[in-house]
Amino acid sequence: MSRKLIPVFAILIALSLVVAACGTSQPTSAPEPTQGSSSVSQPEQVVETVIVTVEVTPEAAAVAPVQPTGYGTVVQRIKDRGKIICGGRTDLPGFGFLDANGRNVGFDIDLCRAVAAALLGDPEAVEVVPLSAAERGPALQTGEIDILSRNATWTTTRDAQWGNFTWVMFYDGQGFIVPVDSGITTIEQLDGATICVTSGTTTELNLADAFRQRNLNFTPVTFEDTASVYGAYEEGRCDAATSDKSQLAAVRSGFANPEAHVILDITISKEPLTPAVPAGDDQWFDIVKITMWGLINAEELNVTQANVEDMKASDNVTVQRLLGVEGDWGQADLGLSPDAMVQAIKAVGNYGEIYDRFMGPNGTSFTLDRGLNNLWTEGGLIYGIPLR
Amino acid sequence: MTSRHSGINQVQFRSEIPFWRDERVLRIAAQVISAILIIGFIIWSVDNVIKATAQRGLSLGFGFLNESAGFPIGETPIPYDPSRSFAYAFVVGVLSTLKVAILGIVFTTLLGTLVGLMRLSSNWLISRIALAYVEIHRNIPLLVLLFLWYRGVFLKFPRVQESITWPGPIFINQRGLYMTWPRLTSTGTIFLTASTAGILLAIIAFIWLRKVREVTGRPTYFGLTSLAILILFPLVGWFLAGGNPITFDIPQLSGFNFQGGVHLTPEFTALLIGLVTYTAGFIAEVVRAGIQAVNRGQLEAARALGLNYSQLLGLVIIPQALRVIIPPLISQYLNLTKNSSLAFFIGYPELFFIGKTTINQAGRAIQVFVLVMLVYLIISLLTSMILNTYNRRIQFIER
Amino acid sequence: MAATSKVVRPPQSPGALQWLRENLFNNLLNSLLTVISLAVILFTLAGAFRWVFFTANWEPISNNPLLYLVGQYPRDDLWRLGVGLVLSSFLFGGSWRVWGGVLRTLAFTYALFLLAGVLWPLQAETLTLTMRAFLLANLVVIYLGFAFAGFKFVRPLSVLFGWVFTLIITLVLLHGISSVAFLPDVSTGLWGGIMVTLILAIGGITLSFPIGVLLALGRRSSLPVVTIFSTAFIEVIRGVPLIGILFLSSIIVPLFLPPEVRIDRLLRALLGMTLFSAAYTAENVRGGLAAVPPGQVEAAKAIGLNNFQITILIVLPQALRAVIPPIVGQFISLFKDTTLASGVAVLELLSVGRSILQANPQYIGLQTEVYLFIAAVFWILSYLMSYASQRLEVALGVGQR
Repeated sequence: MSRKLIPVFAILIALSLVVAACGTSQPTSAPEPTQGSSSVSQPEQVVETVIVTVEVTPEAAAVAPVQPTGYGTVVQRIKDRGKIICGGRTDLPGFGFLDANGRNVGFDIDLCRAVAAALLGDPEAVEVVPLSAAERGPALQTGEIDILSRNATWTTTRDAQWGNFTWVMFYDGQGFIVPVDSGITTIEQLDGATICVTSGTTTELNLADAFRQRNLNFTPVTFEDTASVYGAYEEGRCDAATSDKSQLAAVRSGFANPEAHVILDITISKEPLTPAVPAGDDQWFDIVKITMWGLINAEELNVTQANVEDMKASDNVTVQRLLGVEGDWGQADLGLSPDAMVQAIKAVGNYGEIYDRFMGPNGTSFTLDRGLNNLWTEGGLIYGIPLR
Repeated sequence: MTSRHSGINQVQFRSEIPFWRDERVLRIAAQVISAILIIGFIIWSVDNVIKATAQRGLSLGFGFLNESAGFPIGETPIPYDPSRSFAYAFVVGVLSTLKVAILGIVFTTLLGTLVGLMRLSSNWLISRIALAYVEIHRNIPLLVLLFLWYRGVFLKFPRVQESITWPGPIFINQRGLYMTWPRLTSTGTIFLTASTAGILLAIIAFIWLRKVREVTGRPTYFGLTSLAILILFPLVGWFLAGGNPITFDIPQLSGFNFQGGVHLTPEFTALLIGLVTYTAGFIAEVVRAGIQAVNRGQLEAARALGLNYSQLLGLVIIPQALRVIIPPLISQYLNLTKNSSLAFFIGYPELFFIGKTTINQAGRAIQVFVLVMLVYLIISLLTSMILNTYNRRIQFIER
Repeated sequence: MAATSKVVRPPQSPGALQWLRENLFNNLLNSLLTVISLAVILFTLAGAFRWVFFTANWEPISNNPLLYLVGQYPRDDLWRLGVGLVLSSFLFGGSWRVWGGVLRTLAFTYALFLLAGVLWPLQAETLTLTMRAFLLANLVVIYLGFAFAGFKFVRPLSVLFGWVFTLIITLVLLHGISSVAFLPDVSTGLWGGIMVTLILAIGGITLSFPIGVLLALGRRSSLPVVTIFSTAFIEVIRGVPLIGILFLSSIIVPLFLPPEVRIDRLLRALLGMTLFSAAYTAENVRGGLAAVPPGQVEAAKAIGLNNFQITILIVLPQALRAVIPPIVGQFISLFKDTTLASGVAVLELLSVGRSILQANPQYIGLQTEVYLFIAAVFWILSYLMSYASQRLEVALGVGQR
């Protein structure tokens, strides 16, 4: 008799698993007619289902100018959900890693938190989804994440395929790390070497190009996950490893003996690391870009996490406009509150503070000279579009 | 039954099944409904994909296969460089998989049969050793075994500068195994052709002459003849080639690594050894079950006829055991081929790994996925078809 | 006849020497092999012993027991798992009492695991004294369950329902219900370790079973549409590697869904494992269906049962009993194959081991220890399962009636 009950149990267990795994597909609110966004009908029980049928309603009669399809969809989803889903990582010191309390923090994560503070008023309204290098593109394409902040290089192919890249927040280049006692200083000395590299990245393409350009040979050893790459390098499987120099610095800080390795003074490519958003929603695209500009402008104007409240009383007109005290830089058009930038800066500080927190002289992870990542007024490339 | 009634009353005997219980109608209705459900589901999914294509810029063509791949591949059975197309990289992947699969099948059969025979040994210690081997390898996951072999054994070999040296010379270090390997010189092809011809002729002579001996009873000395052919032809080829058909490619340490010779990377070796040892555990059980399935009466009858041990094994036991062994054996071979996709985790660039890299570089997840799965599917279906044909031919016909 | 001659003893059973002569040294070849093998075994065992107890550094394992058990599950919410543990202990005791035999062995092994938790090296600070005390208390709960099941009203069916209930409750608790105040949602991204391995395995096999049976019935059906679809589905899934199916369910399937739908990552992996297992189960059940004598179906038709009744009442019970060994074998396979989920970013046991190695530079070079530990855990659990399946076969009389 127990055999006959097996299907019954299976169904019960299936139900329970469905209950347990209720995803976040809880679009519930009625469509807002003024925005003309595509809306979701049939709000289903939050707890019971995973798959929701979606209907796209035609744009409501426009009070605002007619927006193209998709405008505001991601923003609406975020507002309904109450948090931003941020694609990041947990294994790269400085950019995305777990601190002693198990919280996911880092340069990239702080950018997400800034956007959450600007849009939702709460920097903790962020859910970080750790992604491997291979999942970055698909996660963005399927809309599984709202923003990809995972030291992704902005390239034309990716812009065409993955989504929209917002604004370069870290100018980097590809370099090599070698053991100190190998005595290597130039790329020509790497002829015939075995080089460890992560597969599926621009790194391996640039490596192949650079060596072909100079008529040098090399043997690649590729893995899909970064941990194996540097693990193999550290064990001696390869003579060198290659990646963005910031990643090399981060990984080196996690080696058993960091002083035994050196990052060569060679740069073989441009690696502009840029947060990206899914294609189709220009409102979300603008919001993220403008938040980035706001953080940069804040550093230019010396608005810090500590003094942002006091700076509201500043008599500098630009500062007043940035903080929403006076004037306007399009908050209403974007659906942001006037003090959006105040929230963002109070949450994470300005660009320089975010940088220094992890990679500055007193940074928690390692120290990396700002170099190109300094403000344009200091000789670097970090330049924020004016908020007005 | 012959009825007293006729004509009109016989018409009344036809039972009247309501429309909705008539089996013919139900069958058609069920098929129509299932077809609608399945096709409806397919249409819904495809529609989502098309919408996604329009909205997010996914493309569904296969034209990208002609674009240059751009990424380097660590070890390839055929020459490859990053300027080749994605399609070529794909072919490289298929060949790598086949290389691992074929070598794996050969070695695992040998090892598995050995362990299976050990299990049946009369020596208690030997059979327990084999039992321990089988139990260990059947109860741990293949991936853990692969990591153990790769990270725990092969990467722990000494550095290149301190390689273990064996006569040959053969060098073993953490970058792999470097072996001296004979290579053909310009005159070598003659030698190769002569040798191949010699081997083929020897085999043909052996089989044919043995058949003649069996049929006519005349001594044909088939063993000696084929041996003579086997030795003679390569000798002739050697002299025709001017006495210098092969050179030995000796690995030499230059710069970072050894150059020359044949190089077996730790990734490849770990994958091969992991797959071979893992599958051998299952094949040992299959072989054991097959041999034990042969009726004991066969053994006793053969002994009664006076057959010695090797005749017993070769003429009586193995042919009958094969009937039971071959189907599960083939499915183990298929498992080995599919398990080679785990090379993805330890960095050996076979089909699945190259497929994933292509997806990351070219972005066409669906197309590449379909191609990769198609290759595996074709290999599986071909093998299944061959197996089913073989099965049908040798099975006993039962009711 | 009177006992005049001296007492004749029965022939002595062979002593140790006799046994050695028969089994190890019965001919020259065997003797040689025995000597060589003994030498090799002793040498290897001595080396292994020395390595395990003196050379190896077991810190990556002894320092992080909770990570291996539950991954990054918030430590403050572990009480939810504790509830499940208490219920399981109670049910283990009850099952032992009701069924005995193999369940006694399972209960003992479970108790041993609890004991291992209590006695874990003290340097692991995460395993607090409270937790150890709790694990010790569970041993008492097992006994309580054993005693409770002695009552007459406790029937096997109730224990079975108890297990189902425990599974459901534990899953619901682990996930949390957003509307209840003290049960905040815990994202499945934080679940990890053996907990996730068991969820994937148990979930996979239970969900795949009904699907597999349906597919097997469909394959044998006389309706061409159903047959073609079932056969195609089964053959395609069986022809591709599991990592491909996981990749399909994790990355390809979301592309086919509308963008607003986000399926939880763990659920996607579970879906992949279910599909894979369903195809293999279908093949096993098909074998079982073919083993049912045609006479059974003919007799059932003769007494007027319709097709549906024949399948449910006559064919399936006989078929399923015949395929229990392959089904359990499939479960063990699936359990081992959960390690592949590390390729789709599910933090099961192997991933936890690898991430511990990667995140801690002081553990460099200690891979062998960690992988051996993981292999040992899998080995113990798999061996237990195959032992239980053998006993189950005997108990159900498979192959005998």
